Amino acid sequence: MKISNILRPSNRSLIRELVASDFKLRYQNSVLGYVWSLLRPLLLFGTLYVVFVYVFKINKDNTIPNFPSYLLLGVIVWTFFTEATMSGLNAITGRSDLVKKVSIPKYTMVVSTTVSAFVNFTLNLLVLAIFIVVGRVDIRASALLFPFLVVELLMFSMGLSFLLSALFVKFRYMSYIWEVTLQMLFYATPILYLMQMVPHNLAKIMSLNPLAQIIQDMRAVLITPETLTTKEVFASQVGRIVPALIVVVVLVFSVWYFKRSASSFAEDL
Amino acid sequence: MDEDLAISVKHLSKSFKLPHEKKSSLKEHVLNFRKQTFEEFKVLKDINFEIKKGEFFGIVGRNGSGKSTMLKILGGIYQPNKGEVKVSGTLTPFIELGIGFNPELTGRENVFLNGAILGLTRKEVTRKYDEIVEFAELDRFMDQKLKNYSSGMQVRLAFAIAIQAHNNVLLIDEVLAVGDSNFQRKCFKVFREIKESGKTVVFVTHDMGAIQEYCDRAMMIQDGEIVAIGSPRKIALRYEAANSSVGASVVGEVIPRPADPALKLTNVQVSAPDKKTKHFSLDDDIVVDVSFEVRREAPAQINLFFMRTDGVQSAGINTTNDLKKFAPKKGKHTIQCCLRAGQLVKGEYNVNVAAYTTDEVPDLIDIMDENYGTKTPLISVIERSAYQDGEFYIQGKWSV
Repeated sequence: MKISNILRPSNRSLIRELVASDFKLRYQNSVLGYVWSLLRPLLLFGTLYVVFVYVFKINKDNTIPNFPSYLLLGVIVWTFFTEATMSGLNAITGRSDLVKKVSIPKYTMVVSTTVSAFVNFTLNLLVLAIFIVVGRVDIRASALLFPFLVVELLMFSMGLSFLLSALFVKFRYMSYIWEVTLQMLFYATPILYLMQMVPHNLAKIMSLNPLAQIIQDMRAVLITPETLTTKEVFASQVGRIVPALIVVVVLVFSVWYFKRSASSFAEDL
Repeated sequence: MDEDLAISVKHLSKSFKLPHEKKSSLKEHVLNFRKQTFEEFKVLKDINFEIKKGEFFGIVGRNGSGKSTMLKILGGIYQPNKGEVKVSGTLTPFIELGIGFNPELTGRENVFLNGAILGLTRKEVTRKYDEIVEFAELDRFMDQKLKNYSSGMQVRLAFAIAIQAHNNVLLIDEVLAVGDSNFQRKCFKVFREIKESGKTVVFVTHDMGAIQEYCDRAMMIQDGEIVAIGSPRKIALRYEAANSSVGASVVGEVIPRPADPALKLTNVQVSAPDKKTKHFSLDDDIVVDVSFEVRREAPAQINLFFMRTDGVQSAGINTTNDLKKFAPKKGKHTIQCCLRAGQLVKGEYNVNVAAYTTDEVPDLIDIMDENYGTKTPLISVIERSAYQDGEFYIQGKWSV
């Protein structure tokens, strides 16, 4: 899987068609169409907001200004991560017709699922933009760092997708394992609670989770500097380097494993 | 690999490991520490062949002979266990038409999706779109969902896209047997064009007619081994023989005769009216007596053919014209054929005989032929005509 291959026009076209047909299929039979993809995180956000702000009074002393945008950003990132990895898990197994009957570059199938999820993610970011404008969030120069964090998020999700899709071909119980893992990750990541509420020692461990680092850093650069980022938990750059390193290691290992298994996909399915 | 080779296969072996019990759940993986036991199923055994650039190469074989696996390996879908497969240039596998077709998408959307799967860019599909629609004859239906298409329409669309793939090696797996006769004719025309454009085609089929019409060379696979490789005619004969005697296994180069045929050929004898020898002059008559025993009554045609000693069949004559609907009664019979020796070019010939069914695609009933391990009479035409030469004699008249 060379970079030049990814850029080959025929492979780009293939990814594009796979993404396009995925979208058409997903929304063509629903009246609300694309609105659904916006509604899902919004509904999750609304529920969480009501429960955690009014029932658990999570932000009652207003530690976090612009809490709605703060919460929504976390939910959007989480939604993307779940969607990307779940569809990534299924990328090969779900299209066994393609794997068994034609020799296409297998990575395009995984990349296309991540791209699909990413398109939804950008649509959701537009909603976030509305929240930011309506909530009069102060846009700072640090917002320019946001795209880098998006890239890190993409690398992490795509890396895991490569690994999961290849594992799922051989081990069908991977889907259950990943579902449970996602559930645990949801609570281990500061999406609906504040990192400030977590005891310091535990916060250190939790902050090493790349997803936690990404979400907290995104919030810090885009919404409010009051976010407790990984860097601040560790009081050094280590907090940023370790999760980023994890992302790189996951990506490199996953791509290596995927490449190694790809040639036997057709037989294992 | 040589410059002029399109595909080179060397010592190719492929086996599948069939686990004795499929282990897929976590519990089984964790609890079962013993090594999983496998049954090794050898699908291809030490296959060697080469296909030249621009060649139309046929692969025949019964179901389960390994030809589909062969095709999948050539297409890069399966990896060989041993040996190597080299393909020069790019390759389109037509292993199945319409890969990735989705019934919920419209015809148009499916064209773009399927085109991309076959390696075309969006630009190329856009450029060829009209041509595809026209070829498929589906102009009015392109904005309808594929699920509303008949299966024939789907195949037409799939075929129309597939032939646009611009690769220089094509693998075709029995796609000819689809569509109505009108569309089939179009497909044949396309195949002829593909052949003429100098592309290499590997063609897998059961249709011996197509093999003989299109292929330059062919190969027969049985039980994962190459049984024969050579001229389409030779392969077709061999395939027919192997098929009409189900269960027969080929040993060496000798093909077994069909077991328990409805009509058993017992003897073929050549005589000349006034000679004891088997040497014939141009004006002599060759008289051939064919004896056979009918075990189960059925219409049949008896075919007499003259095989040159180098294995080329020079001429043949069958009973259809003279005996019309020949359906001999149970018991022993001898029929006779008389022909002028001067119609054969000087040389030696084996006089072989075969019985076929009278179906549209005749099936071999029985055969007497050296290739089938039966000795047949050898004759020779000893004179060379003074006023004609070439591969065969023609009748004609000069005038001034």
